[in-house]
Amino acid sequence: MSSHNTAKIEVDKSQFAERNVSHHFVDADQEFDSCKMGMWLFLLTEILLFGGLFVAYVVFRTWHPETWEAGAEHLDWKMGAVNTGILIASSVTMALAIRQAQLNDKKGTVMLLLATVLLASGFLVVKYFEYTHKFHLGIFPGGDNYMFPGKHLSNEFIYFSIYYMMTGLHVLHVLFGMAGIIWVTLRAAKGEFYSAYYTPVEMVGLYWHLVDLIWIFLFPLLYLTK
Amino acid sequence: MSEAGTNYINHEKGIMSWLTTVDHKRIGLMYLWSAVAALAAGGFFALMIRFQLMSPENDLISKQTYNQAFTLHGVIMVFLFIIPSIPAALGNFVLPIQVGAKDVAFPRMNLASYYIYVVGSIMALAAIALPYFIEGWKPLDAGWTFYAPYSKQTAGPVILMTMAAFVLGFSSIFTGLNFIVTIHKLRVKGMGWYKMPLMLWALYATSILQVLATPVIGITLLLLAMERVLDIGIFDPAKGGDPVLFQHFFWFYSHPAVYIMILPGMGVISELISTFCKKVIFGYNAIANSSIAIAVISFFVWGHHMFLSQQTTFSSMVFSFLTFGVAIPSAIKIFNWVATLYRGSIDLKTPMCYALSFLFLFTIGGLTGLYLGTLSTDIILHDTYFVVAHFHYVMFGGTVIAFFGGLHFWWPKMYGVMYNEFWGRLACGIIFIGFNMTFFSQFFLGSTGMPRRYHSYAGDAHVAETWKSMSGLSTMGAVILGCGIAIMFINLLISLKTGKKAPRNPWGATTLEWETQSPPVHENFEEEPKFTREPYSY
Ligand SMILES: [Cu+2]
Repeated sequence: MSSHNTAKIEVDKSQFAERNVSHHFVDADQEFDSCKMGMWLFLLTEILLFGGLFVAYVVFRTWHPETWEAGAEHLDWKMGAVNTGILIASSVTMALAIRQAQLNDKKGTVMLLLATVLLASGFLVVKYFEYTHKFHLGIFPGGDNYMFPGKHLSNEFIYFSIYYMMTGLHVLHVLFGMAGIIWVTLRAAKGEFYSAYYTPVEMVGLYWHLVDLIWIFLFPLLYLTK
Repeated sequence: MSEAGTNYINHEKGIMSWLTTVDHKRIGLMYLWSAVAALAAGGFFALMIRFQLMSPENDLISKQTYNQAFTLHGVIMVFLFIIPSIPAALGNFVLPIQVGAKDVAFPRMNLASYYIYVVGSIMALAAIALPYFIEGWKPLDAGWTFYAPYSKQTAGPVILMTMAAFVLGFSSIFTGLNFIVTIHKLRVKGMGWYKMPLMLWALYATSILQVLATPVIGITLLLLAMERVLDIGIFDPAKGGDPVLFQHFFWFYSHPAVYIMILPGMGVISELISTFCKKVIFGYNAIANSSIAIAVISFFVWGHHMFLSQQTTFSSMVFSFLTFGVAIPSAIKIFNWVATLYRGSIDLKTPMCYALSFLFLFTIGGLTGLYLGTLSTDIILHDTYFVVAHFHYVMFGGTVIAFFGGLHFWWPKMYGVMYNEFWGRLACGIIFIGFNMTFFSQFFLGSTGMPRRYHSYAGDAHVAETWKSMSGLSTMGAVILGCGIAIMFINLLISLKTGKKAPRNPWGATTLEWETQSPPVHENFEEEPKFTREPYSY
């Protein structure tokens, strides 16, 4: 996926903005490699951030399997599956956007990035319906707020504590990701990216794939526990 | 590129040129003075604790105030002073020059990390100060460890303080991430991994810990905040949660964190000892690799903080074993440093005095750690002053002493002036004496069973005398220590006005930062640096 092995393509320079390598790098390769490594390290911290929640999940599920049974009943796996599909599709459009940037296709890059934002909003809409449905049932996060009339177990709410923490943190990441995508869309529209420089698109893309990947773990763990 | 006489300090003028700088050297200095301010604040609370404990039934400060004093002392010293002291202040200054680069890989992120540190510090200060101004708020008293469920029940502004630590964590992650990428990607041509100065190995290992461990404390503090806001029941036993899970999470970060604090100090000591012995460092590879070994093993020892918290005996045994394991790479370093001293031409300049102090104090700190890693003795010593003494021997006797040594070592490079050697050495001597009085006495207190964090103490008849005399000695030592530190800083500050101009390489050291002028020019090197000489080739 790097520019260095892409075949040489004639670039119509008038379409794209001038750009110099930042002062402290020797050349563009060093800059690109550094950014990529930095991004991977950042993704590692994100995985560890969620890692704490996954540990909490495992601990409580091992201790209270019956709570998990009861809790998961209130989740609609169909909604979860739709969202999984949406996010996977958005990862595809994101990857294609990077490809188009490498190929100097400004319009294609912008359109694909917009499609990614659109899909991400779709995810949020589904999530919104899921949350409001639960609030409607009285399933609020937290022990004192849990007012579901048909509850069977005293600690049923812990399942939802973990559910809300995990999905809530994930939604926050979706929002950050969308902000990032919108930022690169604006820059792409100004013609800042072309075959020799598309680092920000690639970095935001990596981040977006991680957001997608985390959901791919959350979906079976939370929705498909039967 | 630059005319004669310009350097990174004077090439741009005005406060704004500092506040918006992306120059790693300037950011390093801003970190330095912020950390020193934190040291002063943390030291103030330390003295408050010591004066209260000077005599058994003292009522200098109330119990509530006392609890706040030790909480604030811990939080400020750990999060605002020690963690940024060597990596973010000294490391930021020297790392890019040592690798022969113009800056860190992500200069703007470096500046962001400083501002995040400032925001986190302001939040921490607000958590300290606001309770005195806002009715209904109680001061913070949950210790620097925020153990649940007390941290859920107490009326203090726990959320504000944990969010402050959360924010500070990001600053630490950014610094670590920047350092890792800089070391990987920006090394000057010819500098292979095993040709790097040992300071870089130490900072590299530290950065790995910062990047991998800090997110875990982040999520832990977030969960604790949610526990208070929403009552999510994960840590609260009354709701079916598990307070020990909090301890696991907390120490999974906080044990590596003590290595975030000590590893950079070890890097400084490697530089100092080789430079002031005029001798190639003994066992370069062993010292380099042991830094990485410490980083790796330190992730698997956290359970030694929980020998008495409902952990199974078997896991306690495993954690105890691994804890002994992490002592090995530390010991390897000590032996190599001592071997470097052997037949070296030792030059007792101020930084070297600190390096020798470090060897004594860190050895005591390290060995007493083994008492605490041993299950049977830990049961007796747990939560006594022995722990306090051990911790301070490692953190103060180790890291802070190394920080002072490194500060003197790089001072001529940072400001281009030489400090007064006589006063520098004298301050080091006073600090050494004051430190040992303050904390060696606490080993006696701890081994006779005096618990930590108590506001007043009487003690049984057979220990009452010891407790009284040793506490008094400790307080006296703390005052001497404070004076020593004050003399040290006054000496450094005076040198800014009256110090002799520093040459490029006042110590005859071999790493790249000594090849540039003092202070360095804006982008570090007047000409492209060349790696011609391995470090420590005397
Ligand atoms: Cu530990």
